[in-house]
Amino acid sequence: MEKTLNQKAWFLVLPVFLLVAFSAVIPLMTVVNYSLQDTFGNNKFFWAGLEWYTELLHSERLWSAFGRQVIFSAIILAIEVPLGVFVALNMPKKGVWASLCLVLMALPLLIPWNVVGTIWQIFGRVDIGLLGHTLAALGIDYNYTRDPLAAWITIITMDVWHWTSLVALLSYAGLQSIPQAYYQAAEIDQASRWSVFWFIELPKMQGVLMIAILIRFMDSFMIYTEPFVVTGGGPGNATTFLSIDLVKMALGQFDLGPAAAFSLMYFLVVMLVSWMFYTVMTNLDKKAGY
Amino acid sequence: MGWMAWTLPTAIFFAVIGALLLIMTVLAIRYPETPRMGILRMETTRGDRLFITLLGSAFICLAWLGLVGENLWWALGVCFVYALAVFRWV
Repeated sequence: MEKTLNQKAWFLVLPVFLLVAFSAVIPLMTVVNYSLQDTFGNNKFFWAGLEWYTELLHSERLWSAFGRQVIFSAIILAIEVPLGVFVALNMPKKGVWASLCLVLMALPLLIPWNVVGTIWQIFGRVDIGLLGHTLAALGIDYNYTRDPLAAWITIITMDVWHWTSLVALLSYAGLQSIPQAYYQAAEIDQASRWSVFWFIELPKMQGVLMIAILIRFMDSFMIYTEPFVVTGGGPGNATTFLSIDLVKMALGQFDLGPAAAFSLMYFLVVMLVSWMFYTVMTNLDKKAGY
Repeated sequence: MGWMAWTLPTAIFFAVIGALLLIMTVLAIRYPETPRMGILRMETTRGDRLFITLLGSAFICLAWLGLVGENLWWALGVCFVYALAVFRWV
């Protein structure tokens, strides 16, 4: 019997196609147009060619913001992923405590980013903040508005506080889906705790961990609100990450051309890394036979 | 459309990308894509290879701008060679 050929289902994709066109594709095309021109307002544009790209590629400001951004993402991934897995491994598996833990873990994720920033901004203040005041009382010189290292420590601790639960919850979901038979087999083989983790739990968590790393990488690479509220990019430029710098350029200085070129290069890096993660993830799934 | 600040070069750029997508769609309908394993040891379809080509070409042009100079015609040449390599071996 011949199969019925009916492609009308494609019309169901139309709303999402339009939505993406209006929310992403058309604005992106506009940014590409902006990146090759200069403007002084009033919607009047002058052709600038590749000037902004060349200028930015040789700009110390962009490269140092990029460097800070890479270091920031690397540090928070290096802390949050192992810590999240560790927390997930030690969470109760069932019962009231499991539910309580889940709710507590989910709490930081529910707080809006600017509120998280405000909480830590106050928490770290030497005059009224619990953390800042306590550290000062202990004789430790901690002031995130003056000392770049203190600013970095504050922002990294804040991000770890805010987002480790996401990694933990995803890992926990991965752990819960491992059939009991694997553990029973390990027990029969008298496998050590470490072997159980290394040969059963970690491989089984691979998929969710890749998702966690991808989400955390993208979020941390685009981070804006929290460091902006806590340090405003300072002291000096010590915590000026890419998006903070981009906003300064686009809205502070109203340099739409360079800012457009900047955001396109930023977008390309995010797209490259996301594509790499996506490819690795889908290949893992194929290997696992999902 | 005035607010989008169109220029002829960017219009040509997007028209070329749009045409590429259109051609690939027609090709996909005429000759359905079959994934194959390339030198990156991962399965790719024609669409994947186009994506890898476009993304890589953007980086080639940026690297050319940063390291060599503003004459991007040569970079475009490199992009074509890269595209051929991707479609042949990846």
